[in-house]
Amino acid sequence: MSFLSDTTLAHLREVAVWPPLPAKYTPLGVAGRGGSATVYEARDHDLDRMVAVKVLDIPDQAGRAAARLAREAAVLARLDHPGIVPIHERGILPDGRAFYVMKFVRGRTIDEAAAAKPALLDRLALLDRVLETVAFAHAHGIVHRDLKPSNVLVGGFGEVFVMDWGAAQSDHVPEAEAVIAGTPGFMAPEQAAGAVVDGRADVYALGTILLTMIGSDPPRALTAIAARARAAHPDARYPDVPALAADLHRFRDGLAPTAHRESIGERVLRLYRRHELPVLLVVAYILMRAALLLWKGI
Amino acid sequence: MSFPPTRLSVVARVRSEDADTRRVAHEALVEAYWKPIYKYLRLKWHLSPDAAADATQEFFLSLLERDLVGRYDAGRARFRTYLRLCLDGFVANQQKAERRIKRGGGITTVPLDFTTAEGELVRIEPSIPADVDDLFYREWVRALFDRAVADLRADAETRNRQVMFEVFVRYDLADAATRPSYDEIGVALGLPTTTVTNHLAAMRRQFRAIVLDRLREITGSDDEWEAEARRLLRGDW
Repeated sequence: MSFLSDTTLAHLREVAVWPPLPAKYTPLGVAGRGGSATVYEARDHDLDRMVAVKVLDIPDQAGRAAARLAREAAVLARLDHPGIVPIHERGILPDGRAFYVMKFVRGRTIDEAAAAKPALLDRLALLDRVLETVAFAHAHGIVHRDLKPSNVLVGGFGEVFVMDWGAAQSDHVPEAEAVIAGTPGFMAPEQAAGAVVDGRADVYALGTILLTMIGSDPPRALTAIAARARAAHPDARYPDVPALAADLHRFRDGLAPTAHRESIGERVLRLYRRHELPVLLVVAYILMRAALLLWKGI
Repeated sequence: MSFPPTRLSVVARVRSEDADTRRVAHEALVEAYWKPIYKYLRLKWHLSPDAAADATQEFFLSLLERDLVGRYDAGRARFRTYLRLCLDGFVANQQKAERRIKRGGGITTVPLDFTTAEGELVRIEPSIPADVDDLFYREWVRALFDRAVADLRADAETRNRQVMFEVFVRYDLADAATRPSYDEIGVALGLPTTTVTNHLAAMRRQFRAIVLDRLREITGSDDEWEAEARRLLRGDW
């Protein structure tokens, strides 16, 4: 037997993990890796299109990861929304690994996309698309439970996709066992404690995403919105995602958000910014009249 | 086709009531671990080739005499880590006592080719990992894959699939710098390119199944097997 060099070992490891997909798909590369699965970029020869195939890394002996993948597929199948990638099929590979095939999305994570947008309102517009998508899922009884910037992709034309629904809690797809799903830092306290959560857990995560998108010196009103979304107790948060979105819209439209009690100075400044042109016209008119009176007086 | 697991953990088999089962389990343990242990002793403990060969044999004897595998607790450490810690303790005790017990006659029916292992060591020495656990892990993986390739070859010979195995050898075991294309392999073996890729896919599928099966043998529990398989087949090393 010849000696297996380090490079040969690395190559064998790569080919050993490569999935034996159904014949109509040819895997072309690794698009991403999660906790227990890898997403492959593949070509669907039947329909001549690119697809993404999510495959468990190993046949799941206890069935937990396979059950999670099946739940994710079921959730995706239930949610028909432009912000959620459609699923094409799911199954078990010849080597025992569970997989599903979905639309291939190429894009950047939302924090990367936001970093490329200097205007605050442009960044908030991106987040607004996420809020719409999550609100849609909540309306269908599904809580994402793992919202974070790396799970939101922004496509080349500005389309926004909420990804990775593997941790979702669904009214319609029961869990086999209690799980603590989510990511520290984005996970609501009650979720970290293992409680059954509602949409306010996603509100908490969305508040954290908001914080990551508004820069180091944001307006106090936005900080207040994020703080309310991230309140430790669910009752102190926005009751749902549309309420959070409405407060962000108030900020966008130059109105006072409900989360922020503004000072007189802030109010004057906000009103000035909201009515900048009429205010300038009035000031200009007053100055002209004053100048005219002075001239006549002389 | 799916490849159902056929091997049980050596940890479970070492605890068997049946003496033959225990003996076979011990041999499987020696077969899986002797190379990583020998190389670890050479590189981490800087033992001479002869001293490392002696210590390797004596360590396996010590495992048997003190029932260290039977006393393994899966809740406290991975089996691989546990063995390495046992080995460190064994060598430290040997050096502390400044004595080396010479026991002739061999302690196992598994032939240990230390000359080959020493030759392999010369080839890997320029890239020795700084972390001792990484070093032991890398050699553990090398030994596992080495045995999986041997199993694949034996199975191919049994099932008259030598051509398929030859495709695997020429492509997947080749050095990256000199790896031929599918077309070149097809020309060399008189096969259409599609047959080459089909053979390769079948061999890789079987190789993966053998690796996972062999891995089950040298890990202490289902959870450990899953964690090791995940690390092995996803990188991080």
